[in-house]
Amino acid sequence: MSDPTGSGGVDGQAGDGQAGRNLPPLRLHVPEPPARPGESADFTHFDIPAADAAPRPDETAQPAEMREMAYGLIRVLDEHGAAVGAWNPKLPPETLLRMLRYMALTRAFDARMFRAQRQGKTSFYMKSTGEEAVSIGATLALAYDDMCFPSYRQQGILLARDWSLVDMMNQIYSNTGDRLKGRQLPIMYSSREASFFSISGNLTTQYPQAVGWAMASAARGDTRIAATWCGEGSTAEGDFHSACTFASVYRAPVILNVVNNQWAISSFSGFAGAEATTFAARAVGYGIAGLRVDGNDILAVYAATRWAADRARANAGPTLIEHFTYRVEGHSTSDDPTAYRSAEESSLWPLGDPIARLKQHCISLGIWDEERHAAMDKELAELVRDAAREAEKNGILGHGLHHPMESLFEDVFEDMPWHLKEQQQQMLDEWKAAGL
Amino acid sequence: MEGGGTVSEAIEPDAVSEIMEQENPSDVTHMNMIQAINSAMDVMMERDPTVIVMGEDVGFFGGVFRATAGLQAKHGKNRVFDTPITECGIIGVAVGMGAYGLRPVPEIQFADYIYPALDQLVSEAARLRYRSAGEFIAPMTVRSPFGGGIFGGQTHSQSPEGIFTHCSGIKTVIPSTPYDAKGLLIAAIEDNDPTIFFEPKRIYNGPFDGHYDTPATSWAGHKDAQVPTGYYRIPLGTARIARAGEALTILCYGTMVHVVEDTVRTLGIDAEIVDLRSLVPLDIDTIEASVKKTGRCLIVHEATRTSGFGAELSAQVQERCFYHLEAPIARVTGFDTPYPHSLEWAYFPGPVRIREAINKIMKD
Repeated sequence: MSDPTGSGGVDGQAGDGQAGRNLPPLRLHVPEPPARPGESADFTHFDIPAADAAPRPDETAQPAEMREMAYGLIRVLDEHGAAVGAWNPKLPPETLLRMLRYMALTRAFDARMFRAQRQGKTSFYMKSTGEEAVSIGATLALAYDDMCFPSYRQQGILLARDWSLVDMMNQIYSNTGDRLKGRQLPIMYSSREASFFSISGNLTTQYPQAVGWAMASAARGDTRIAATWCGEGSTAEGDFHSACTFASVYRAPVILNVVNNQWAISSFSGFAGAEATTFAARAVGYGIAGLRVDGNDILAVYAATRWAADRARANAGPTLIEHFTYRVEGHSTSDDPTAYRSAEESSLWPLGDPIARLKQHCISLGIWDEERHAAMDKELAELVRDAAREAEKNGILGHGLHHPMESLFEDVFEDMPWHLKEQQQQMLDEWKAAGL
Repeated sequence: MEGGGTVSEAIEPDAVSEIMEQENPSDVTHMNMIQAINSAMDVMMERDPTVIVMGEDVGFFGGVFRATAGLQAKHGKNRVFDTPITECGIIGVAVGMGAYGLRPVPEIQFADYIYPALDQLVSEAARLRYRSAGEFIAPMTVRSPFGGGIFGGQTHSQSPEGIFTHCSGIKTVIPSTPYDAKGLLIAAIEDNDPTIFFEPKRIYNGPFDGHYDTPATSWAGHKDAQVPTGYYRIPLGTARIARAGEALTILCYGTMVHVVEDTVRTLGIDAEIVDLRSLVPLDIDTIEASVKKTGRCLIVHEATRTSGFGAELSAQVQERCFYHLEAPIARVTGFDTPYPHSLEWAYFPGPVRIREAINKIMKD
């Protein structure tokens, strides 16, 4: 719209009355990540406290007494691989080695399924490279029947609960063995038996659901708690804030995990508010306990989750845990991270690799060595390869081995109403008439 | 019902099944629609310990329309409680409670406030059974007062049923009498699928004939305000013949049933009035039998016209009854505008517009 007055506003409105006010023009701040493709990554500005720096409040501490936890960083493994400080969970060797194995299994599983997608065997995959500790550490700190409401990058939960690899792969291939009947995008698993809620493609919807499950458990005098995960980007969703309000109001026995992996597809964490404060600090406003954890330190993740679980079981309320980590790969098989961020970032990430750090710790304890690690990686690669071969017997996406056509009308309702039966019959008649 | 049986044949099976499902059919008392809805929740909370009621102001106060009055005192704060003002949160929490094994009955204070909950309703509650192949379900009943006629302006008057009938996996139920409200609400609470239960707030306290300038009437003396005190259910997906007739079929629900009844009475026309009661699932057999019998079909709803549920009804009737139709199918609906405040009665599909539509369809 032309503006004959030259005052610059749309329809002249914004400019009206501005002349003579002698105020500086307002400026819009649009965040920009520190480094784009072709630029050097620089993490020297990161304030990384020493591994033993974080105090450990009592599990029943009042949120107001522990606000500084939301701005610090709980760490256990130091740069030499020693477990130090008040948060050291002092786990027995067999638990440490289980952790190591589950993280390595997750990485091997991701590698195999990523390749399967590239080979055209399925439509989509999402790796969790660099974030394995977040899922594995938390799962091992929870009871098997604590209910998990995951986002899409917590495959480690199912793996740490010894769920069938073939079953997960059947879902990824959407084949005849897929218990979900080929209805969900690959990796959107569901396993009631493993206390793993059906994953939604809509972001953070699982947050109020987890709080509701936890409220139900409390209202019924149960002892089970709930845990949920979302990314830092989707903390901006209204569901996140509704969930925090409900969790605070009813002191729900729930653990609210924010996986801050720095990137939401191509938008850096600044677009979710990271330039202004931490994500754990969201808890302060809601008056709930907030912990900020080195997400690449599985002992820290385990210790913080255990603290939050004990707190919830003691009716002391919910905990919000920010897991500070880094998404090493793209968001999914559908994006290329070299198009929007510095290629150096993952190699320069100052908190290292979660598997390498636990491996170093186990070696330093004398319970592990490089040879055994290499043998384990080889064994796990064969394990997932064999599972993939088994799953592929049930079919791969787009090769005809899927659930029957008419099944697409099932489970919309408990009982199929007439209009779906009519549409189902029409579809079958049309295919028959077409000779298919 | 094929070929247009008599009206008594059409309604008898339902009437019998409803009475047979009553615990004690003789124990009947007068209730307005609020009391009937309250009684439905009370009965279900007595019968099923997993039923819980929550929403804004529903606890100690008993709801802004008093529909939950007394429930917290009787059933306790663990089962009847107030919630924060976040509809997204209320429905999201109800999904989680359903996954746990509870049977939540959340209230959304006005249907106009349901939009923040839309994602949790249509992408989560409605899709959970399908996406998990039955591992998880969302057996919730979302109660919400809807519709206009109370000078509520554009944010306390809307009829958003068409948004939900358009979405797969969710049921939409709308009662028009105290008797139906209780029986349908009990059926909805017992149902293992998520159900939107829209309560026509203009007729909470009495039937409304559309004549806004005459004194309001109460449910006193109305035959459908005689409500069993105990348990009974009206199966979802069964329409009610509110008035049997031969001249034309009028499809309607909620408040409009009463406006249509009065207009038909005033005109002295022998219309058959079908109160749909449930939009999804829809009782297509009753609709089809009626239109094939009368040859004329008028659809009346208060919601906006374009992509409203009347469009679906019109298509269904045309597909099934085309060769029986003697006139084009007609619609009387709210206009495609926001719900106005001072001009409420110009927007409301009242007696004048319905009378004109009936006269036109009978001349065609």
